[in-house]
Amino acid sequence: MKINRNKPDVFPKVNALLMILICFITLYPIWYTIVLSFNDANDAQMGGIYWWPRVFSLKSYSAVFANASIVNAFTISVLRTVIGTLTHVFFTAMTAYAFSKKRLIGRNIFLAIGTFTMFFNGGLIPFFLLLKNLGMLNNFIVYIVPTMFNFFHLIIFTSFFRGIPGSLEESAMIDGANEFRTFVQIILPLSMPVLATIALFHGVWNWNDFFWGVIFVNDEALQPIGTYLYRIIAETASSNMKINMPGAISLKAVNSQSIKLATMVVATTPIVLTYPFLQKYFVKGVMIGSVKE
Amino acid sequence: MRNHMDQIPLRKLSLKSRIYHQRYLLFMALPALVWMIVFNYIPMYGIIIAFKRYRIIKSIADSPWVGLANFKELFTEGDFSMVMKNTLGIGFMRLFIGFPLPIIFALFLNEIKHAGFKRTIQTISYLPHFISWVVLGGIMMNWLSDAGLFNEILMKTGIIDEPRFFLAEPESFWNIAVFSDVWKELGWGAIIYLAAISGISPALYEAATVDGANRWQKMMHITMPSIMPTVSIMLILAISGILTTNFDQILVLRNAVNQSASDVIDIFVYRVGFKMNRFSYAQAISLFKSVVALILLLGANQISKKTQGHSLF
Repeated sequence: MKINRNKPDVFPKVNALLMILICFITLYPIWYTIVLSFNDANDAQMGGIYWWPRVFSLKSYSAVFANASIVNAFTISVLRTVIGTLTHVFFTAMTAYAFSKKRLIGRNIFLAIGTFTMFFNGGLIPFFLLLKNLGMLNNFIVYIVPTMFNFFHLIIFTSFFRGIPGSLEESAMIDGANEFRTFVQIILPLSMPVLATIALFHGVWNWNDFFWGVIFVNDEALQPIGTYLYRIIAETASSNMKINMPGAISLKAVNSQSIKLATMVVATTPIVLTYPFLQKYFVKGVMIGSVKE
Repeated sequence: MRNHMDQIPLRKLSLKSRIYHQRYLLFMALPALVWMIVFNYIPMYGIIIAFKRYRIIKSIADSPWVGLANFKELFTEGDFSMVMKNTLGIGFMRLFIGFPLPIIFALFLNEIKHAGFKRTIQTISYLPHFISWVVLGGIMMNWLSDAGLFNEILMKTGIIDEPRFFLAEPESFWNIAVFSDVWKELGWGAIIYLAAISGISPALYEAATVDGANRWQKMMHITMPSIMPTVSIMLILAISGILTTNFDQILVLRNAVNQSASDVIDIFVYRVGFKMNRFSYAQAISLFKSVVALILLLGANQISKKTQGHSLF
């Protein structure tokens, strides 16, 4: 890699090409899937589609949106993500605010108990048995309460709260506000970047998770879109899908493959739509998370 | 009077009045303590089923103790060697390939001087991290099928003569698992190193330029040493996580045909525990994994502390 000063420096150009290649390899499989999902299902089976739909068709999408199970699964995903993320962020941030006060009684015990949870856990089976004993299996609450808190996120919140000038809190205290009111009215509005970061992390996990719907829930009415996709992709339940489909849509215009592709695109769209708005926050969030307490 | 109370050194107050004084803070912190005891620590009590013969109809306490019988069964039945081979095989490949690539990517991306171009590359490379494994698994099944695009490319370039069904080949599974993970996490994994690089003082590079250092020398003698603390921390975490494979990913990509290569510890626990109702047996290997991971974490942390001076704790 020794660079000869007499020759023109080719490294920047080679490097730029390499980066463009990486971007292409990253984007193309996603683009290819989108293109296929918008192509007529029968025509797509002949192959040869690479860059743009050959016979444009929205039939796969009409089939997806006409499928009651898919619409229900999508709704469960939305509810789970919105409620789960709001409760997680509020509960973890509230705890972190109390924890950020050095004077908190038992703070060191709390730190020890919390740190240990980051490196050791009982494993899947004891966790399952706990949820069974708590009556949370087959219950929507399983998506909310068992993921309400995360000690690593608490550390991220704590380091952010430490950076907020104490004078703001003091003036609220002088006005007679207690710590909880100070947290809600003063601290939360000042903490949008870190709230957005944690909401993004937890929201993306909530939206993308499919295993909780596989293992903790049997009731089909409670399965999120990821679990639904898992079942049609990994367990290929395409026969069930045809039963759910209204007769108005011709069976020939769509097939299980085209529905799979369209469902995949539908399941990913909310993430891709919110991604640009949240991007500025998560880079900061990762940096805060990497700083030791 | 709150402000009056703040003037008094806290140690002189009795515990009772300190609790009263902090009642709002405690009200904010205690629910999470209860939450951790319920959702983190009660499952740790459940670990004891590894030493019992647990049946789902009985409670954990009522199940009979069997000592190390589950472990004996595990180590003699042959499952263990297959599961360990797959877990360590994928784990080491991830450590040797998946760990350094984001660092290299960050170093090369840092050499892109055009800010807009750099930001675009970052935006694109982070994107796959946010897509669910179940969707990517669906994309991969499409690409890797016998009529898929991957076969088409390999045939057109003459690398293979007839289509292969890659997901039905146990010998391909480790590569599929590791390289699809690299594809998904390359950009995201680089964020932390890019953050570390952006913290390096430009004066160091200026001084090196004056001394006649070339790009490569600056990379090796300024950038690399400056990001070593971050690399060390990430390496400790990577080593302690060597037995933790990507559960969601493998759950989607595994099937009955590639099982001999895709049965890793976490999948085995799920398959044997939940599909075959052998909870105690599955918990034995799960406990084995947790203990080894904890030992690896403490060990890697100690080694890093001694040799590099950087550690988690």
